[in-house]
Parts: sequence; C-alpha cells; structure tokens
Amino acid sequence: MTQGCHVASHGGPSTTVLAGPVDHNGGVKSQLWAVARDMIRPRFVRALQGLVIALFSLTANIALFALAVASLALIPVVGLGFAMFPAVMEAVRWRAEIQRRFARWSDVDIPSPYRPPPHDAPIGSWRRFRWVASDPATWRDLAWLIPGAISGGVLGLVAFSIPVYGLEGVLLVPVLVALLTDWYGYGLFWPLDTVGEALLVLPQGVILLSLGLSAAPWLVWLNAEFDRLFLGPTQTAQLRQRVERLTVTRADIFDAQAAELRRIERDLHDGAQARLVSLSMNIGLAEELLRRDPAAAEQLLAEARESSGHALTELRSLVRGIHPPVLAERGLEGAVQALALATPMKVDVDVALPGRPETPVESAAYFAVAEALANAAKHSGARVAWVKMAYHAGKLRTTVGDNGSGGADPARGSGLRGIERRLAAFDGTMVVSSPPGGPTVVTMELPCVLSSPKTSPSSGTG
Amino acid sequence: MRVVIAEDLALLRDGLTRLLKAFDIEVVEAVDNGPALLPALVNHKPDVAVVDVRLPPTFTDEGLQAAIAVRAQVPGLPILVLSQHVEQLYARELLSDRRGGVGYLLKDRVSNVGQFIDAVRQVAAGGTVMDPEVVAQLLARRATGEPLGALTAREREVLGLMAEGRSNAAIAGRLFITEKAVSKHINNIFAKLGMPPSDDDNRRVLAVLTYLNAL
Repeated sequence: MTQGCHVASHGGPSTTVLAGPVDHNGGVKSQLWAVARDMIRPRFVRALQGLVIALFSLTANIALFALAVASLALIPVVGLGFAMFPAVMEAVRWRAEIQRRFARWSDVDIPSPYRPPPHDAPIGSWRRFRWVASDPATWRDLAWLIPGAISGGVLGLVAFSIPVYGLEGVLLVPVLVALLTDWYGYGLFWPLDTVGEALLVLPQGVILLSLGLSAAPWLVWLNAEFDRLFLGPTQTAQLRQRVERLTVTRADIFDAQAAELRRIERDLHDGAQARLVSLSMNIGLAEELLRRDPAAAEQLLAEARESSGHALTELRSLVRGIHPPVLAERGLEGAVQALALATPMKVDVDVALPGRPETPVESAAYFAVAEALANAAKHSGARVAWVKMAYHAGKLRTTVGDNGSGGADPARGSGLRGIERRLAAFDGTMVVSSPPGGPTVVTMELPCVLSSPKTSPSSGTG
Repeated sequence: MRVVIAEDLALLRDGLTRLLKAFDIEVVEAVDNGPALLPALVNHKPDVAVVDVRLPPTFTDEGLQAAIAVRAQVPGLPILVLSQHVEQLYARELLSDRRGGVGYLLKDRVSNVGQFIDAVRQVAAGGTVMDPEVVAQLLARRATGEPLGALTAREREVLGLMAEGRSNAAIAGRLFITEKAVSKHINNIFAKLGMPPSDDDNRRVLAVLTYLNAL
C-alpha cells in the first residue's frame, strides 16, 4: 500500500500528493486504488464544488442584485425601500457568508467583516437602516454580486465541465452517440467520420480528464481569492474588530481582577487581620496577668503563639494565590517543577525556554498549568501527567496531558473557563481535547516576547 | 557555638540575633544581602549559618543559591535555610549533596523557640532538619500507592517525624510511646520499604529523605 500524505501548498489550493514507499505485497491493483483515493477523488470533489459555486453565483447573485437595486430605487420613490433594503441586505449577507464557507474548501479564510448589530433595531427602523447603510461591508457585498457571479460562474463551470467532458470521452460516449445519431463529435473532430477519429476519442478524453482534474482545485482556489478581495474585511474593519475584542477581554479581566481583590480583602479581613486582633488582645491580657496569675498568663501567651502561626499560614496561602514566590524566584521552569512536585501524582516536566516572558504573561501561564494539573489530579483518575512548555515563533505553547479517563469539559468547569479568560487577555488560546476514555490534553498558546535569560529582578521583600 | 545570620529585614535580623544570644549562641556576623553572605561564611567558618532564602539585590532565591555555592566550596558547612514558604524543589536541591548539616524550615517555626534552637543545634552537629510541610508533601505524593501504602498509620507518623529529623526520644515524646516502641516501628518501616537499617541518626534522616524524594 502506498501511504498518502496531505500537503497544503503555500498560498495555493490544498492538494493531495503521493509519498512514501510502495509496499511489495500491494500489487498493481491496490496501487491503482491508492492513486484513485489520494489523487483523483479529492479533485473530483473539487470539480463538483466548482459546479455548486457556479450554480449559486449565477442564480442567487443576480437575483439578489436585482432586488437590491429595486429596493434602493424604491427609497426616494415610495419609501418602501427604507424597510426593504435592510431586509434584502440580510439575504445578501447570508449569500456572502455561504461564499465565505465555500472559500474554506480551498483553505482560503475570509473572516466576516460586519459590524455587530445595534440593540433594539427591528427591520423598518431608522437605526437598522443606518446600521446597514453605514457599514462599508454592505457596499462591498453589493459591489461583489455581479463580478462574483461572473467569476464564480465561469471558473466554477470550467472547473466542473472540463473533467466531465474528459470523462465523457474516456467512457466512449461520443462514439456511441455518433453511431446512434450519425452526427456527433468529440474534441478536435466534428463530426466523427472515420474509425481513426473514433479511436482518438479515448486518448483525448484521458488528456482532457487529467487536465481538468489538475486544474479544478486551482480554479476553485482562484475564485476564492477573487471573492476575498470583496468579501474579506478591510484593514479598517480588521482594526475595528480587534478593538471590539480588546474591549471585551479588557472588561473581562477587570471584572476578574476586581473579584480577586474583593476575595483577598475578605480573606485578610476575616483571617489574618482578625487573628492579629485576638493576638494583641491575648498579649495585652497576659501582660495584665503576668504578676497576679503567671499560669494563666503563660496559657494566654501559648494561645497567642498558636494564633500567630495560623495567621502566617493563611497569609502564606494568600500570597501563593496572588503571585507564587517560587515563580518570582525561579521563573516558569522552576515554578512548574515545584508545581509538579506538589501534585499528588507523577508529573513529567519538560520546560525549555530561552528566556522569561513578562511577569503578567508568566503568571497567566503558571496559573493555567496549575489549574490543568489540579483538574487532572482531582477528576481524571490519572496515574501520570506531563507538562510541556516551549517557545516557538513568538508563541509560548504549553501542553498539559494525563493518562486518565478523559471527558473533561471546559464548559462545565469554572476553573478552565477562568483560565481561558485570563489567557484571552493576552490574545492567548486554550484547546481541551478530552475524549471519553482519555487521554486529556490541554493545549494553551500565549503570544509573548521573551527577555534574555539574565532577568531583571522582581521587587519584593524577604 | 558561632553563627552567621543572613536576613534583610532589620526587625527579623535583630530578633534572631537576640533569640540566639538568649541561648548562649554567639552571632559572629549578621549580613543583610546575598553578595556579602559568601565571604562572611568563608571567613568565619561558623558552626552553622541561618539564612533567609530571599535576599537583596534580586529578591529571588539568593540565600539558597549562596548556601548551595558555599557548600560546594566548604563541603558540609552546616546551613539552616529559613523561608516564608517552603518548596520541595528547594529541599531537593539542598539535600542533593547528601552531606547532612542541612536544615530547611518555615520562618513561622522560629516562634516555637525551644524547637527552633534544637534545630539549629542539630544542623550544627551535622544533622538534617526538614520542615513538616515538606515532609507532608513528600508523603502525600504516593500516599495510596506502593510501597508507602503498606505502612500502618502509626508507621507513617513515625516515618514523617523521622524525615523531619527528629530523634527516637523526640518521636517517642511526641507520640506518647516508649523509645523501644519507636525503634520497633522504625525497624518495621525499614523492612517494609526495603531500606538498609541504620543506627546513626543523621545518616538515617538522609536515607529516608532520599528515599522519599526518589518516589
């Protein structure tokens, strides 16, 4: 058997090529089967997709363009278009969304460029109209409809019809038709008159079929790239979307931070602060009793010492939750190792970083690993876990895995959600793969810059 | 007994000095930063050094690094490391030269003055003292699995106290049992864990900690 391997050519449509050694036992038949599976089938699929694109482009685009023009014309005349135009544009956007999906067949990513809809703006309202009319994406969509119909129609039909025409020749259909109807031809010969011309149908068909199949992915890709010119967001739109995302993540992080500060305040107020109050009361009382009742004073002092011990323990766990000392002292490498040692199961650590990220990023990565390990220890029933951290192409990539029972759902655990929010503040991402039966693998990526290994000291006290 | 102290907060530095003096322990030098510690230790060759992990100028783990560095220069120089938090990772690094004369305690433990002075003396004598929190973490890692699971609850208690660096007499006093009962438990533990028995207290602590660290 030959092994197929998928290679996406850079900037072009993804194609499937053959690679790897040929199995000696396989024989010609299985090799042919492999060729069919790996080379011909995806190209046929792409040719069929060309047909789908062509049909959509030639019908929906033209109809929608006519509707849009009509609705625009009706605005000054009867005012009907005022409500109709946003409705038509809704349909146009659906159509454009479908085309963006089609582009993904060729690995061309066209993000949606639309502004988020305003609240409480039903079709027919001025606000709705203004939202639609003031979005440049609306006019770019409209401008696309006709060129898109031509490009999608031509390229899609060519991508579909050449292979189909080639297939017709390969199956010798023209010879049959010529025999039955007396006037039919194929390729270069119209009509088919001689036996020689009939014999040449097959080779022509093979050539046309292979040409068509080779060209189909490129034609569909070309169309997708053409669509991207109109349907992708402009740079302004991209910036606007980025600002929107930043606004949301910033609000999230401020909320989380405020909640965290409230928790710390409460912990201090009910814990260490209260204990220090009782401590000073005990000591004051002991001072009073020192002469009159030394035994009672001693008892009070012992209580005071115990109370101070509890206060220190509470402060320690509080500090750990704010910024773990070992992280400040050793960076991610040491902190993750310390974490692994404190986790009640075997944890393999593989951290290789050429420098240290900024403190907030470091902290986010640390707490992400801590949460993932805590989840693994609590829920997975795993015996072994592992943490891998590496820096590549401007991204800190962390994976935490375990050999447990799987089934972890980030939507259910508030811990993982919190981590996701925290990472999002730095444009980081988290993906959880946890099929039932395991293993669970949490993959986190944080874009960041590393400083040189000799790091600047973080401030703090002994 | 002569001691060098490294602690950057004046309040704690003076407190420690006063405390040690009260027990007739001489503080030959008290430094407040990392770079000054190494020469002080090499010059004075004290019986024991009491060192805070976090010191200026970096406020990271300067004290610990200096402790490890000086023991590379002066093998076995007794060092008692104090910290606001304990990490098994640091304990492992301190123990890695397997020479004894090492202590690693939370700063809180100083408040139990008697026990703290005992720990200082024990480290100075070449013993090993580990904070109960480190030992608890070590024991928790493989609490249920083999071979620690084979120990009885009492044996686990004894193992924990042994790892902290306590003598048979101290263990007996703590658990309200006779010293004879303690040594019986210890023999059982060594047999169950497949460790060669040892009468030398100092070596015994190191062996137990090495064993637990390797799990």
